[in-house]
Amino acid sequence: MDIGLIHYLSVAAILFTIGVFGIFVNRKNVIIILMSIELILLAVNINFVAFSTYLNDISGQIMAMFVLTVAAAEAAVGLAVLVTFFRNRGDIAVDDASVMKG
Amino acid sequence: MLQGIAFYLLAATAVVSGLLVVTARNPVHSVLYLILAFFSAAGLFVLLGAEFLAMLLVVVYVGAVAVLFLFVVMMLDVDFLKLREGYAKYLPIGGLIAVVLLIEMIVVSSAVIQGGATAGLTGPGAPDPDMSNVEAIGRVLYTDYIYFFQAAGIVLLIAMIGAITLTLRHKPHIKRQDISNQVNRSAAKAMEIKSVQTGQGVSPEELL
Repeated sequence: MDIGLIHYLSVAAILFTIGVFGIFVNRKNVIIILMSIELILLAVNINFVAFSTYLNDISGQIMAMFVLTVAAAEAAVGLAVLVTFFRNRGDIAVDDASVMKG
Repeated sequence: MLQGIAFYLLAATAVVSGLLVVTARNPVHSVLYLILAFFSAAGLFVLLGAEFLAMLLVVVYVGAVAVLFLFVVMMLDVDFLKLREGYAKYLPIGGLIAVVLLIEMIVVSSAVIQGGATAGLTGPGAPDPDMSNVEAIGRVLYTDYIYFFQAAGIVLLIAMIGAITLTLRHKPHIKRQDISNQVNRSAAKAMEIKSVQTGQGVSPEELL
């Protein structure tokens, strides 16, 4: 039961894959897509922290903090766009969101 | 031994709840599973010795982002079952790409561990016994990464302004206080002095 770096990297890889998979199967539901993006960023953070610990370099944790910042900002703006979109169209199906095409 | 049990428990919880996030029928359940996934990831961070980031994850994600998601999911009156159309259609291709991606990432991770920067590392580096995790982060964050730190603040500020301007709605026919109008009002604009003849008074037409 010796836990090495590969274990953490595997968990991060699985979470990242689940995030990508979620984007694929929930193509219409923007809320789930946003949550999948959060999962992907979480996987990246796990990678950063795991390498930071195993290489004994604190910079990885600093980077993870910045990723966290960007993820929070992205979620806030994404949900604001979603609310505005819902107000204008009365629905959140993203495949209808092609009105800006030209 | 105990560390192994804790790791497998937290990792399994994170993976299962992550999977439930993308497969749950009800988006409210998805958000709750997302909270569980973040909590388990915070536990993994504690195991890795990054206590500060673990607490940050709980505060920022569980306390702010997940609640924001919950608000939006509950606020929007959407038929979520209709949004699940095409779920089965994209399942095979999504699963295929996911499996390929997973294999690629595991292979690359293994290769990096055997021959990359972490080659030969058997365990995590020993943390400095004189310095806590928070202190170590603070010492680097406010010196080497001070500009990045400021930039992160600007990113948050812009996101805040963006979110507010996107969702702020000015309804017509609602009287609001207009401060610049109030401040710009002067005595000359507001009133007029008329000389009134004694005994005659002023007719209403003259006032306008």
